[in-house]
Amino acid sequence: MPLFELSDIRFAFPHRPPVLQGADLVLHPGERLSIAGPNGAGKSTLLKIMVGLLMPACGRVVAFGAPRREESDFHEVRRRAGLVFQDPDDQLFCPTVAEDIAFGPLNLGASRAEALARVDAVLAELELTHLRNRITHKLSGGEKRLVTLATVLVMDPEVLLLDEPTNALDEANEARLTGILEELPQAMVLVSHDARFRQRLATRELRLRDGRLGPA
Amino acid sequence: MSATLSGAAAGRSDACGGGWLGRVDPRVRIVAATAFAVVVVACDALPVLALALLPALALLAASGLPPGPTLRRMAAMDSFILFILVLLPFTVPGEPIFTIWGFQASHEGLAQAVRIALTANAAILALMALVGTMEPVTLGHALHRLRVPATLVHLLMFTVRYIDVLREEYLRLRQAMKARGFRPATDRHTYRSIGFLLGMMLVRAMERSERILGAMKCRGFTGQIPLVAEMRVGAADIAFATGFAAVLAGLLAAELALAAV
Repeated sequence: MPLFELSDIRFAFPHRPPVLQGADLVLHPGERLSIAGPNGAGKSTLLKIMVGLLMPACGRVVAFGAPRREESDFHEVRRRAGLVFQDPDDQLFCPTVAEDIAFGPLNLGASRAEALARVDAVLAELELTHLRNRITHKLSGGEKRLVTLATVLVMDPEVLLLDEPTNALDEANEARLTGILEELPQAMVLVSHDARFRQRLATRELRLRDGRLGPA
Repeated sequence: MSATLSGAAAGRSDACGGGWLGRVDPRVRIVAATAFAVVVVACDALPVLALALLPALALLAASGLPPGPTLRRMAAMDSFILFILVLLPFTVPGEPIFTIWGFQASHEGLAQAVRIALTANAAILALMALVGTMEPVTLGHALHRLRVPATLVHLLMFTVRYIDVLREEYLRLRQAMKARGFRPATDRHTYRSIGFLLGMMLVRAMERSERILGAMKCRGFTGQIPLVAEMRVGAADIAFATGFAAVLAGLLAAELALAAV
């Protein structure tokens, strides 16, 4: 059974030409699917539609075996599919790294002690324990990126949706991120401009062109 | 909020098309609105205040603003003072006129409530017609030329420029919170999270302002924003100013005449 199955997704922002015009996408377990395409082609929009942050004008979103239509249908999807935003500053808003990572588990109803235990576990797993008590907005670009990945991994998602994860990373940080992602068991959708990054990670490559998804 | 903004935008485009008031010099319009407000506040007699609504309505017609939405915005302002208006008849001592649930309403209090309602509505209507149709940037330039302190003008212009940036930042953060399963509720976790969100926006706004200042300094900013647009007072502006001054003088004369009786 596929994890995600999107069919004939159409979407337009108000007063602008449509970005998605009948996009289809299937994501199977264990797959690392990459999506390339020019700026403004609708790649980020597609990821947001997958977790119900944007609602398509028409089309069907089936996630984890159930059709998802309304806001309440997507609560479960957001727990099981973690979206890492393009700009880490859009995601980090708590004073310290630990608090920001604990935010997700607390939303899922974990107690403070449980949430903090999970924070420490995920930080150790990503070898980021030294960042635990740092102030989020004073992290470097690379650190911010790795912490945003931690904020999503701590929720134990089955799918990772990554929007331009290598944006503004230097070589060392990019290699580190690629290494971490390679080790993760989750199915992924990788939106990226970086051809090398896509080739190294993706098991299947797609390209978004004229509002539709096709083979790269 | 977006509804009122688009309403204002629609109003502006109408003003450019239809209303001749939009072509009067912005400085003249600001001074006229201020003078009108001062005169209306100074007047006390109910007939004069009722009369003052007429020029305000005439300005509304001349501004080309859509009357329906504009009057609705005026009513929105009324909702702020409604509480005072309703309480006044019962709190001001004087000759009783009616009683509700044992509370006596006084004639003086009722008159005062009507007076406040008329004053506020006339002033706000004139302000919307005269100044509300102006592009915010034009308003800033006009205020600057009227010798309003540069700091206040800059504050206004930066607010106009960056309020949308802040709004979008807020919306993006809220979306990212939602993606991590955040659902606002009445609990400590929600209060903490919203507090963090606002705090983070404040910290980032301060840092952004420093970056903007740096970028401005790189381009030679020394505390003065050079203003490009020329503003000239023409014959039509003088005619408008004279006519409006005559109306204000008429209102004051009526007030003095009624006070003398």
